[in-house]
Amino acid sequence: MSAADSMPGSVPRRVGHPDLPGHPDPSDHPDAVRVFVPRDSAARSVGADEVAEELLRVASTAGRDIDIVRNGSRGMLWLEPLVEVVTPQGRVAYGPVAPQDAASLVSSGALEGREHPLLLGAPEDAAFLAGQKRLTFARVGLVDPLSPEDYIATGGLVGLERALEMQRSQIVDEVVASGLRGRGGAGFPTGIKWRTVLDAPGDVKFVCCNADEGDSGTYADRMLMEGDPFLLVEAMVIAGIAVGAAEGYLYIRSEYPGAIETMQAAITIAYGNGWLGDSVLGTRNAFDLHVRVGAGAYICGEETAMLESIEGRRGVIRAKPPLPALQGLFGCPTIVNNVLSLAAVPSILTAGAAAYSEIGVGTSRGTQVFQLAGNVRYGGIVEVPFGVTLGDLVWGYGGGSASGRPVRAVQVGGPLGAYIPADRFDTPMDYETLASVGAMLGHGGVVVFDDTVDMGRQARFAMEFCATESCGKCTPCRLGSVRGVEVIDRILAGDDREVNLALLDELCETMTDASLCAMGGLTPMPVRSILAHFPEDLARGDVRPGTVPLPESFR
Amino acid sequence: MSEVAPGTSSEFSEERVRAVLDAHRSERGGLLPVLHDIQGELGCIDERAVAMVACDLNLSQAEVFGVVSFYPDFRASPSGASVIRICRAEACQSMGAEALARHATESLGVGLGDTTADGSITLEQVFCLGNCALSPAVMVNEKLVGRVDSERFDALVARARARASGEPQP
Repeated sequence: MSAADSMPGSVPRRVGHPDLPGHPDPSDHPDAVRVFVPRDSAARSVGADEVAEELLRVASTAGRDIDIVRNGSRGMLWLEPLVEVVTPQGRVAYGPVAPQDAASLVSSGALEGREHPLLLGAPEDAAFLAGQKRLTFARVGLVDPLSPEDYIATGGLVGLERALEMQRSQIVDEVVASGLRGRGGAGFPTGIKWRTVLDAPGDVKFVCCNADEGDSGTYADRMLMEGDPFLLVEAMVIAGIAVGAAEGYLYIRSEYPGAIETMQAAITIAYGNGWLGDSVLGTRNAFDLHVRVGAGAYICGEETAMLESIEGRRGVIRAKPPLPALQGLFGCPTIVNNVLSLAAVPSILTAGAAAYSEIGVGTSRGTQVFQLAGNVRYGGIVEVPFGVTLGDLVWGYGGGSASGRPVRAVQVGGPLGAYIPADRFDTPMDYETLASVGAMLGHGGVVVFDDTVDMGRQARFAMEFCATESCGKCTPCRLGSVRGVEVIDRILAGDDREVNLALLDELCETMTDASLCAMGGLTPMPVRSILAHFPEDLARGDVRPGTVPLPESFR
Repeated sequence: MSEVAPGTSSEFSEERVRAVLDAHRSERGGLLPVLHDIQGELGCIDERAVAMVACDLNLSQAEVFGVVSFYPDFRASPSGASVIRICRAEACQSMGAEALARHATESLGVGLGDTTADGSITLEQVFCLGNCALSPAVMVNEKLVGRVDSERFDALVARARARASGEPQP
């Protein structure tokens, strides 16, 4: 059965959140005040649904007609739930709003954008957003994510329309010329990957989008899927047309039920509008898109393990070569790209490769979507050109730690990324500079720790995480990680410290050089960064008094 | 959507497994969607379901069992009425997730991965729920909750227990 068989004939004009009474079509009551309350999972995790319900209830009691639109999040997550009211002067934001604030907001005239203790002003003027350059996240937070009208009104489908007028190789050339590199972590030039798939022989090819965003501190894929799902649909169709693939798989981790639900709804609407299916936008190009849901295995974010999982097997990685571009899904040439790599493509085709490649530094072109996370005062999405320093991110955008204590370390790039000490925050964030200091950009996650962090525990955790999540295929990763936990335990206990430090160094070298994939190969990166920058935390000889005892092995 | 449906531990039903298999018949490599749906229907994937799936998809039982046991989401026996998952990854660690996990295990009297004696709650760990700017994060069934301290955790537990016993929710 093709997915199109089950598609309804008509497209809902506007789709609200299923947990809420459907918000009415504004044409039914043109005088209604439009109020935006995010449907993003993070906003909902701190009460956005309850705020929306309470606003509706209070407004209705007060005889006010409001039209609640569930938008994506602006990415200023410390302000969630962030409520925006549409006034003749533009949108006016209030936040963070609790359900019990609804009554005072309505009675004090917030529906007209008036003064209230939670008034923030025009959201686009917020200092956090004003300095950003949002290309990938341009639409997130502004629109109703499941409104095709909103999508088109904000420049949606222009990139796809342009692609449909081009030769396949021209589309690929455009992506090559943009300088776009893989945002999943490896940083491989996206256009070169596409060209390999385009040139590979074979009638059947696939586009796979990796939305198995498992790195701690990263949530941009989730927010994009929940806040602008049509962008990802458009991007995957463009990729399919560029390389001659008529089918795509979107692999989303099961920990993201909100993203799964939103993408499935968006795909249904896209079929109904002819953006997907046998005739994309009325052309002879066909593209079908399937959502596949992961099952809790971190390793399935590794591209070959993800392909195994889509094929219905254990998420055990494949040795490379053959490259997935040549022999990928079901043995066919396959594009495997991260959500953010794909999502950059429509804007590249819309504005042209030159406009994109003008942004950035060195060989890192365009914008990077950084995600400020952990113990940070102002956590959220910071999309800026490459080259911003870590200090700008942590102290500028992030405002330092949430606890108010000194920032001691930042882990960049997920659980396999390095811990960088505060005295290195002048490091510019681009692929090569980070590599030169023994770090990596990964998926752009920046996790902040204050001075209460015990770096010995973090080193142990890096190995422990690898032991838990290793697919088990290669020995350095499967066994090395277990031995890593043991040797770090001995170091932390002050047992034969010098000998065990030398052993740990040797173990790290073995894992780095001999693992089959990045899981085992990069687990030493956080460990070695701690050895280099925070050796004192491994030298105490016992667990620091007052800290939580080291956890037992996870499973 | 086909997801783990906590507390739906109904009896094994050959008919319902057959219906899931039929619904996915034309999907390429559809073992994971089949397993998600069986678990959604029956609350777990026991050996009878494994045998039926293997026979239907022309796989060995070892292959199907291998997939079920590889992925943390799949369970061979039913969970408690609610599943509470605590994020223990780095971003949540930086905001006190270890202390929260300790509070959870101590207050519920179970280890991570275990179910309370009254069957109301299965406590699990998870690595990242994608809510890293509002840490520590917890997921109750499919509902994400941010900025969870021990007080908020206790309220979530109380609500889950009330739901399990059919009482009005606090």
